[in-house]
Amino acid sequence: MENLSFLIDGLLLGFVYGVAAMGLTLIWGVMNVINLAHGPIIALGSFGVYLLFSRLGMNPYLALIFTGAAGLLLGIVIYWIAINRVIEAPHLSSLLATFSVNMVIIGLGTAAFSTTPRNIDYSLGSLTFNTITIPISRIIAAVASIIFTAVLYLFLYRTTLGKYVRAVANNRAAAELMGIPSRRILALSFGLGSTLAALAGGLIATIFPFTILSGGVYELKSFVIGVLGGLGNPLGALIGGLALGLLEGIIPAFLPVTWVPVLEFALFVLILLFRPTGLFGVKK
Amino acid sequence: MNRNIILMVTLLFVLSISLTSCAPQTVETQAPQPQATQPVITEAPATTEETVMGEEKTAIIGFTASQTGKLNVESIRQINGLNLWMKQVNDSGGIKLADGSIVKFEAKYYDDESNKDRVQELYTRLATEDKADFMISPYSSGLADAAAVIAEQYEKIMITTGAASDSTYMKGYTLVYQAYTPASKYLTGALDLLMSTDPNAKKIAIVHENDKFSTDVSTALDEYAKSKGYEVVLFEGYDSGATDFAPFINKIQDAAPDAIMGGGHFQDGSTFAKQLFEKKTPVKFVALLVAPPEPSFAELGDAAIGIIGPSQWEPQAKFTAEAAQAAGLEWYGPTGEEFISAYMNAFNEEPSYHAAGGYIAGLLLQKAIEKAGALDTQSVAAALDSLDLLTFFGHLKFDTTPEAHGLQIGHSMIYIQWVSKDGNLVKEVVWPTEGATMPVIYPLR
Amino acid sequence: MNAWRTPGIWVALLVILAIGLMPIVLKSDATREVVFTVLLSVALASSLNIILGYTGYVSFGHIVFFGLGGYVGLYALNVVGLPLWMAISAGGLAAGLLAFLLGKAILRLRGAYFALATIGINEAMRAFVINFPAFGGAIGISLNFRIYREYGGATSALWLTYYLMVAFTLLAVALSYAIKTSKFGLGLIAIRENEDAAEVMGVVTPNAKTWAYVLSAIIPGMVGVLFYFKNGNIEPGDAFRLHFSIELLVMVMLGGFGTVVGPILGAAGYQRLRGILLTTPVLKDIQLVVAGVLLLLIILFIPSGAVGWLRHRFPKLRQVLP
Repeated sequence: MENLSFLIDGLLLGFVYGVAAMGLTLIWGVMNVINLAHGPIIALGSFGVYLLFSRLGMNPYLALIFTGAAGLLLGIVIYWIAINRVIEAPHLSSLLATFSVNMVIIGLGTAAFSTTPRNIDYSLGSLTFNTITIPISRIIAAVASIIFTAVLYLFLYRTTLGKYVRAVANNRAAAELMGIPSRRILALSFGLGSTLAALAGGLIATIFPFTILSGGVYELKSFVIGVLGGLGNPLGALIGGLALGLLEGIIPAFLPVTWVPVLEFALFVLILLFRPTGLFGVKK
Repeated sequence: MNRNIILMVTLLFVLSISLTSCAPQTVETQAPQPQATQPVITEAPATTEETVMGEEKTAIIGFTASQTGKLNVESIRQINGLNLWMKQVNDSGGIKLADGSIVKFEAKYYDDESNKDRVQELYTRLATEDKADFMISPYSSGLADAAAVIAEQYEKIMITTGAASDSTYMKGYTLVYQAYTPASKYLTGALDLLMSTDPNAKKIAIVHENDKFSTDVSTALDEYAKSKGYEVVLFEGYDSGATDFAPFINKIQDAAPDAIMGGGHFQDGSTFAKQLFEKKTPVKFVALLVAPPEPSFAELGDAAIGIIGPSQWEPQAKFTAEAAQAAGLEWYGPTGEEFISAYMNAFNEEPSYHAAGGYIAGLLLQKAIEKAGALDTQSVAAALDSLDLLTFFGHLKFDTTPEAHGLQIGHSMIYIQWVSKDGNLVKEVVWPTEGATMPVIYPLR
Repeated sequence: MNAWRTPGIWVALLVILAIGLMPIVLKSDATREVVFTVLLSVALASSLNIILGYTGYVSFGHIVFFGLGGYVGLYALNVVGLPLWMAISAGGLAAGLLAFLLGKAILRLRGAYFALATIGINEAMRAFVINFPAFGGAIGISLNFRIYREYGGATSALWLTYYLMVAFTLLAVALSYAIKTSKFGLGLIAIRENEDAAEVMGVVTPNAKTWAYVLSAIIPGMVGVLFYFKNGNIEPGDAFRLHFSIELLVMVMLGGFGTVVGPILGAAGYQRLRGILLTTPVLKDIQLVVAGVLLLLIILFIPSGAVGWLRHRFPKLRQVLP
């Protein structure tokens, strides 16, 4: 019974991690860019929901939709400014280009919002079953994550634009030959990745307090999840997120909590070494 | 080819070892040079002392502030307090020295970005290029620790504020003075409070942030609790920046303690309190570090109610000239009301203890300079050594033994609890009983 | 070796030496602190360049060697009570050993996968040290002020670390040059250009990569001891700061990837720039933004860095700018 409580907490959070990681892995899958601005975009998503909620009094879950749309625009802008020129360059260039975006966002964010932690003071209470108490905000976050994933899949597999994204991911040169405007599709994909980051950030804001710097933690988790689920595989990312959430929930039942990151990152390196296609072996 | 590489590695070691082992000799010959520069620096105030009576001079106070990074909330409040003191002392005409000259103060500071990388570089710059006469520590024990080395090295007095760890004062320093109650005494009072409220509560859980300060606090609390016959059912740390406390809360529920103590800084502490509330953790007493005394803790709403926190100072704290007389102490500085209204005029918010700590760091310097009647390090240090004051911040006195020189031994913590009054959340002082504005609410749930 | 007749390397070493002597001549402690920070970056960036620039492996968590070295060194000084030179050797040795073991394992990953693995290792190490009581866990290790007395007091101890820093920087640059001009270095560059082809041409790639990694780790391990000896304490969060790792990459990129002089220019330029931004009142609040925009402009428009650009623009410089 007690362990069930550890399990549920981890699992619910895992969905949200999964959405964040999906954004990272989508961008990686389509354009082979590791987006080091992922964390700050997650944090901007948190701020988006926070500002709409606290300034306009909007319901935080409604605010998510606007924040997601803003994330799309932001991602497309970032792509054209920072990524487009280095898309063919060696990895280091795109890594550093996204890192400089990271610096700019964090710099602007610190100047605008300071690093005072923010809270969305919107409580839905908790559900209690026997000895297990689950905050409702976590349940909604998990449900929202599932919906986002479903929408992403419908988009990728049921729309022409989604087909283009998959085509570009598969083989950019061939897609180009087929008349697909590959650069615009890349921009769109970067925008989608940023949308997912912003949505995850928005959900995080309904559960945890945050600052402009707190995206960094989720970015690192997204790396781990991405590798766990197989880099470039969005559905794998959701499963990876659940796996990570479970680990985070279960390990503390047996070990001090501070051992969690040790095991997480050790696992991360081991998977990179032995199962670079991800734990579930899904081939791209 | 491999042989070449091995050769290169060995060469590297031989070279470096020979370099490092011969280096001390070069230092012995070079050492007089840097030392020779020191009198030049300390001479600066000395020459100005020969000036004509009544002439005005400026003493420079150097420090770094965390204007960016994770510590900026507390740090900026601390600097606000310090600036308020400086403005007040300058506006009131400065300090008159024994030779009749008037001292006014000027601040020189840089952003340390809440990290230690540049602290030493910036403090060295303050000591040399900016010719700071006195120094104030950065906020947080880690940064203050790094800065203290520089202050000692350049023979500058440093008042530390916002830096509670005991260990900084156990390193043989002679010019570093602590304004805060040291970390080892942060939560022991909370345990005293629990003991006097409910003698039957015997199980406590300690969950703390894994940093220097919070660990110092929690280790001291752990020892104290065990010495008083308490059973510590959980003693665990979490990473700085943790946001998910669900695993701890689940563990706490399994261990079923009467009281939870610990925490770390503002963000993690308030998150912990919020999640304890959401998970309806059945516990009678919660005392957390740093976060509860902050006015913005009230933003947690109902989750804040009943949470206890140690504070260096509270607006309600009543330290008065009469109390000083009763205790046989010298009273110095503004009253609590004067400080609060001046601070609210200047910054439009109620001062937190960080702000008061910044102010008090300046006030300590002011008192010591007045007492010494001079600006040179030795006289001011001697004056600081002999201080034994009551201020609006409380009793202040420094340890003067060589083992723990500069450690604050006069000041003690007070404990506040958040309560709901007419729909508003307010802080009330619940411990020690002499200063209490309300009896403690117990049990919490 | 013929390579040492090139004037470029001697100019580079002399410039470092001249900068290194500046605080001594000026007798200025403030200059010394600034130069120390710059030299530290030069030494670290030059070391990183061996694996990053020559071999083409993006070591994202290179700071792990600096942090580990610092920990081993402070442990040796404070707990074991070894003298400084032994502590420094121990730090270097530990970093080299870690690189050797890691090299055997993760260097078979290529491209971004290797970069991710190094991030993972840095984070795992940080998390591990937090749980490692011998290294003081989360609190880290603090040196007692007394320790400086053995070196003539804090003042001369700080000067001592400074002289050593100058020496290690010279060493790092000389090592970087020695590797680049050796047959071993040629093998590394072949790996960077095309690893499979290099293998075919007879480069034993796993060995060469591992040794390149070890060589790029030793000096960071040693200067880690110096840095934290000067600092007086070490904590896990500061010792394994991923951000610093990335800054090192930036320095190498700014100056010029794969060149000997590039990391020197990049590190010095970056640190000076940051120093100026931090201490200029107008820019203080937005220093991060300014630095970010500058970095982006350089990556987008001068991707080969300052030295690369110069060499491209003035081909004659290729003879003299290593």
